[in-house]
Amino acid sequence: MSKPIVATTSLAGCFGCHMSLLDIDERILKLIELVEFNKSPIDDIKKFTKQCDIGLIEGGCCNSENVHVLKDFRKHCKILISFGECALMGGLPALRNGIPIKECLDEAYLNGPTVVNSNPDKILPNDDEIPMMLDKVYPCHEIVKIDYYLPGCPPRADLIWEALVALITGNELKLPYEVVKFD
Amino acid sequence: MSTYVKNIIDKYNNDETRLMDILIDIQSEIGYIPNEAVEQISQSLNISIVDVEQTLTFYHFFSQKPIGDYVVYLNNSVVANMMGRSEVAKTFEEEVGCGFNNVSDDGKIGLYSTACIGMSDQEPAAIINGCVFTKLSPARVKDIVADMRAGKNVKEMFNEYGDGQNNSELIKSMVFNNIRKRGEVLFSDYENGAALKKVVTMTQDEVIEEVKTSYIRGRGGAGFPTGLKWDFCRKSEGEIRYLICNADEGEPGTFKERVILTELPKMLFEGMAIAGYALDAKNGVLYLRSEYTYLKDYLENIIQELRETNQLGENIAGKQGFDFDIRIQFGAGAYVCGEESALIESAEGKRGEPRNRPPFPVQKGYMQQPTVVNNAETLCSVVKILLKGADWYTMMGTRESSGTKLISVSGDCRYPGVYEIEWGLRIRDMLEMVGAEDIQAVQVGGPSGTCIGERSFKRTICYEDFPTGGSMMIIDNKRNLLKDVVKHFMDFFIEESCGSCVPCRALTVILKNKLQKILDGNGVMNDLTELKKWCNMMKQANRCGLGQTAANPILTTLENFPEEYEKLINKDIDFNSGFDLSAAVGESCEAVGRTPNL
Ligand SMILES: Cc1cc2nc3c(=O)[nH]c(=O)nc-3n(C[C@H](O)[C@H](O)[C@H](O)COP(=O)(O)O)c2cc1C
Ligand code: SF4
Ligand code: SF4
Repeated sequence: MSKPIVATTSLAGCFGCHMSLLDIDERILKLIELVEFNKSPIDDIKKFTKQCDIGLIEGGCCNSENVHVLKDFRKHCKILISFGECALMGGLPALRNGIPIKECLDEAYLNGPTVVNSNPDKILPNDDEIPMMLDKVYPCHEIVKIDYYLPGCPPRADLIWEALVALITGNELKLPYEVVKFD
Repeated sequence: MSTYVKNIIDKYNNDETRLMDILIDIQSEIGYIPNEAVEQISQSLNISIVDVEQTLTFYHFFSQKPIGDYVVYLNNSVVANMMGRSEVAKTFEEEVGCGFNNVSDDGKIGLYSTACIGMSDQEPAAIINGCVFTKLSPARVKDIVADMRAGKNVKEMFNEYGDGQNNSELIKSMVFNNIRKRGEVLFSDYENGAALKKVVTMTQDEVIEEVKTSYIRGRGGAGFPTGLKWDFCRKSEGEIRYLICNADEGEPGTFKERVILTELPKMLFEGMAIAGYALDAKNGVLYLRSEYTYLKDYLENIIQELRETNQLGENIAGKQGFDFDIRIQFGAGAYVCGEESALIESAEGKRGEPRNRPPFPVQKGYMQQPTVVNNAETLCSVVKILLKGADWYTMMGTRESSGTKLISVSGDCRYPGVYEIEWGLRIRDMLEMVGAEDIQAVQVGGPSGTCIGERSFKRTICYEDFPTGGSMMIIDNKRNLLKDVVKHFMDFFIEESCGSCVPCRALTVILKNKLQKILDGNGVMNDLTELKKWCNMMKQANRCGLGQTAANPILTTLENFPEEYEKLINKDIDFNSGFDLSAAVGESCEAVGRTPNL
């Protein structure tokens, strides 16, 4: 049997979840034996080159590009996993939810302490090349179907490891309290 | 220090448990509660500013900034909307020149929406500066706004009055009683004081025993046996006992307490005195919803009259040591304050946040002392039970539901109003009695109750079958049940949740959003499965009855009207988040001035 294929991406996240994935230490060597990576920042494959088995999503969706990438993942992966608070709930970026977007943009480009005098023409980025911001930050499952959720900010390396191995081997997932507690 | 605030605080002896009254008086005197007043209260009562603010911000009818010389609270209940509220609201907005939740530019008129004001039989209705305006029409609204602009007193804006005591000097209101059916217990002959005279010849145990034997159960909705409740209270350890009459009547669609307070106040106060006698309570509190402030002078006058005729006060009915008096505690707009422990918190001057139980109010209630909370209808019935005997009482009704019950009928029917029925009436017979045709559904017991259709019309109104506090909203076939009724009820619960329990605070919103998703045509079968699962969670994971029943509008329509949901569901797909990218980017594209390229 060929190895299961894994893809990963970071949407509106801080890459902390990917760092946590790398935190599995020497088990990363085992992981390489167990799976093959496709589109992922880990191997820097930018576009899907084939259908995958598992997609790991870090971060929620804050702009149109996130939405496109997420939908592309749904199309190419049999199983999608939201991992980390941002993917599950929106996380820190979602702090802007509830504040009108104009206010956010004005603060970021016109009035914030670090920009207040540096944008004399009062330009808000509007180039067609730039992704369009969404009205709020959405958790992934509010856009596409998500099959599994791994909580944490970031989820512990052990949790990611255990979940992946369980999924690949078909064994039951071991979830000791230490792995899903967050303080 | 401002003197009027000081005078108000002095009037209540700097008593922090009277914070509600202090705030109510300030609000009605100057139209809002300024920060300086909050500071002054906090100093005088020796409590923190936050303590004052948490009560102040909890209630719908308190405000921290001016809300207009004339404040219009237009009812936004389901029935009000069925009876044409939206046209009335639109006319208000056009004539006043501002939208709801706003004050006109000159600060003169404020427009606000409010939950059911107990006038479901004469909607659309509004409260303007404490005065009730019923059966509003766009033309009537134009006149009212013109009168407000001309600076007229609200009482001078109309000259036709309702029936019965509504027309009496101290009420002078346009509200109608709409008593459609008089039964044997409440709306039958009544001689004030006769029961009290009899009661003082009995021992307290005998009184409680009689109430127990009558097997009357609480009329507030929960149906707890009244005699048992009294017994528990009397056997609880405490320095002093209290009796509270619950006349909060917040459940949308009920208005029977309004009629009791208007036409049977003496019977009610007599019932309170009898309970006071049985419980050995010296103090009674009538907790009255703010919406019924128009009855205040009338009720206070009657209490005074009863004091003068020795039916309240000391040595009542000539019985040495039988002392009992009543004060009225007004609420300030919060449905949850009908829940007995929230009501007690509110009567103590705090946020109306339900308490954890145990201890139950009969153990530790008002001021941490044993307290009985009884619905107004319960207390009125007790008067007749003691006068005519438990045997007479149990002859009416069914085996487990003795006596009569007031039901408040509203919605799509010819004769909305209050009916005193015997327990055991079939729903179908009730519908015929009230002149309802082409019926789609009946909402039994208000939003927290059950929505039933044709299949259930053979069932009967009683504790064994359909227990109810008495709200009956009739919905005919031209209504959109999910959109006009169920969604509206969910908004009501979202608004009225006190916010303590996470499911009640958050899941209500999630449930409503899911319903909206289905209404938008984005529903899949799994949404129905999830709705059911989550609704059931609400029953288990909330502290009080509000949260435990807040999913009932969805849950009971899923059960009784599954086809209404299923016809909106796309059965060919198993997932649809309903996410709309073009809608989601609209706001930001507009803000930066670009055309969305999707
Ligand atoms: C959210 C909520 C609102 C309630 N509103 C009322 C009310 O308006 N009037 C009332 O009598 N009981 C109301 N109740 C029931 C009371 O908690 C209590 O059971 C009742 O007043 C007891 O009186 P009874 O035994 O005479 O019925 C409400 C309960 C809940 C959970
Ligand atoms: S969940 Fe935490 S670690 Fe992961 S992307 Fe969000 S903020 Fe970063
Ligand atoms: S169930 Fe709702 S209303 Fe009741 S205590 Fe909890 S949050 Fe408050």
